[in-house]
Amino acid sequence: MSRIELRGVSKDFGNTPVLNDIDLSISPGEFCVFVGPSGCGKSTLLRLLAGLEDPSAGEIEIDGVLVNHLPPARRNVAMVFQSYALYPHMSVHQNMAFGLQHRKLPSDEIERRIADAVRILQLDSLLQRRPRELSGGQRQRVAIARAIVRQPKVFLFDEPLSNLDAALRVHTRLEIARLHRALGSASMVYVTHDQVEAMTLADRIVLLQPLAGRRGAPSVAQAGPPLDLYHHPANRFVAGFIGSPAMNFVDARVKSLGDEQVVADASGMLCAARLSSQGLTPGEPVTLGIRPEHVVLGQGPQRARVSHVERLGELSHVYLDLPGASTPLLAKSPRDDIAIGELLAFDFPAQVMHLFRSDGVAQARGAACTATRSGRVKSQWYEPS
Amino acid sequence: MSAVNAAEGSARTSQRRAAPGRRRFPCGPIVYWAASLLFIFVSIFPLLYALSTSFKQGSALFSPTLWPEAPTFANYSGVFTEQPFAQNLLNSLLVAGSVVTLSLVLSLMAAWAFGRVEFRGRGLLLMLILSASMLPQVAVLSGMFELVRALAMYDTLGALVVADLVLTLPFTVWVLVTFMRQLPKELEEAAAMDGVGVLTLVFRVFMPLLWPAMVATGLLAFIAAWNEFLFALTFTLSTEARTVPVAIALISTASGFELPWGKIMAASVIVTLPLVALVVVFQRRIVAGLSAGAVKG
Repeated sequence: MSRIELRGVSKDFGNTPVLNDIDLSISPGEFCVFVGPSGCGKSTLLRLLAGLEDPSAGEIEIDGVLVNHLPPARRNVAMVFQSYALYPHMSVHQNMAFGLQHRKLPSDEIERRIADAVRILQLDSLLQRRPRELSGGQRQRVAIARAIVRQPKVFLFDEPLSNLDAALRVHTRLEIARLHRALGSASMVYVTHDQVEAMTLADRIVLLQPLAGRRGAPSVAQAGPPLDLYHHPANRFVAGFIGSPAMNFVDARVKSLGDEQVVADASGMLCAARLSSQGLTPGEPVTLGIRPEHVVLGQGPQRARVSHVERLGELSHVYLDLPGASTPLLAKSPRDDIAIGELLAFDFPAQVMHLFRSDGVAQARGAACTATRSGRVKSQWYEPS
Repeated sequence: MSAVNAAEGSARTSQRRAAPGRRRFPCGPIVYWAASLLFIFVSIFPLLYALSTSFKQGSALFSPTLWPEAPTFANYSGVFTEQPFAQNLLNSLLVAGSVVTLSLVLSLMAAWAFGRVEFRGRGLLLMLILSASMLPQVAVLSGMFELVRALAMYDTLGALVVADLVLTLPFTVWVLVTFMRQLPKELEEAAAMDGVGVLTLVFRVFMPLLWPAMVATGLLAFIAAWNEFLFALTFTLSTEARTVPVAIALISTASGFELPWGKIMAASVIVTLPLVALVVVFQRRIVAGLSAGAVKG
């Protein structure tokens, strides 16, 4: 089957390191999403798999074959480009047939494959059109169809939805998920900067971080199933990137340590966190993290003033001014009647707290933490006697 | 205070009124048309004079009236009967056609190399190609003559094709390199994913997209080869191998003591017509190609 193996893969552009020491294994049929902020090298990694760039170091294997020096066409992969890259002077049909004709496939086989792709992507009425006569979404479907007819073992998607408008993006996202189920055995590697796409499509997310010129830093911040990255971020970068709006971070100092319990002091506010106390020492500076959807509003011992409210309809983003914090605390609330200036009670449930040491590494959280849901957790405030 | 405001206000409104008023300056269209007509007259007049002369004979040649008093086609028939002018026309067509085809094929491949492949000395090589077009024709004439003789091409049309390529290639290469660089890189990568080789990439993916540029450069190359005189004069000897510019220059009367202006002008008009036709036909294509936005897709 089509397992992709990357071993110690690095890529430099001149003197600038872009990717560093990537070890990765993508199983057959897996939907793997490379996600990260711009400049993290996620597209470059995809292009390394495609064979459009050569790695500076390391080995890439597809299906047990070392492909480092194989040209793109002999790697059994197909790529869908961000700009679609359809041949403008060819009809939709010719666009799909071009690569196959070049491989000297018999024409009835070509027609059969095209008919399959056309059926899957509903392109029947567009076959004789030129790309410029198609809408963005239609072009995208043709680009995907052109990949399908090659019957590759691996599909590579380079930000395929970023040129579409919001409504079409959601629709096409569903189509890609459906396509992945329909094609079954083919692996898909998908690059995006949009974490919603990553969370919804991926079997596994590979979150890359920008190297910013540092040669020793690892490129992969964390790789794992989407909910693992959400509930158990390995470090502060992952915690801040996954989740929208982003996690709140509060500077604090370790006050006391218990069994599976850490109490930290954030500018006089004592917060308990249910997580491993291993390796921590009292007085150590740490960063507390809590997701906006986990902050409990309207109850709890703490009070803060509302500095700003964004009402989205289904819920509101409430910004609270914390004493001694430079950025306001963001909380999600189903209420839409919270007013700016209101003094609001809030609570940080201990099960949902994240804690990061000064080097950014997260303290391990128990498995129970994944089960917590916002609004349902009991107040776990540490009350000093 | 309010008075000042009012004054400012009225000044502003009068300015606003003045601006479109200037555009409606009554003499504008007149000046525009007068200048245009003058320009058209200056550029067309020599051609008109040639056309008029080609219909005159005898002493009428020396009267400067634009409209011939006794128009005659004798010059036109004379051009074809007194020398192998049809053969010369065919020669010109063959030479110019081959030059255009060869220089487009060669420069398309060169444009891919210069525009898309990174190699050492690329800039230097491009400048060298450009500098080849800076030399005056006379400077390369003797060297070219040796080359033509070494290739055993003297007094053949092949000699003219080779020589004319020196004139057209630098220009076509440079123009096509510029256009090639504007084509999206993803297209080439998509072709690489399709497993397409370089020649297929250049001729089946890039060439259709560069068609407007190729038509424009091809047209200019055709005109250059069609009108080329010095090489054609030097590298051909027999009347049958001549191209039209040389043939026209060598039209003479039986006595040899007068210039047959009527025939020369008739031949010139005949030679100009294909060019006019080409430009008219292909100009539409160029415009159509550009407005279709072939590259953007």
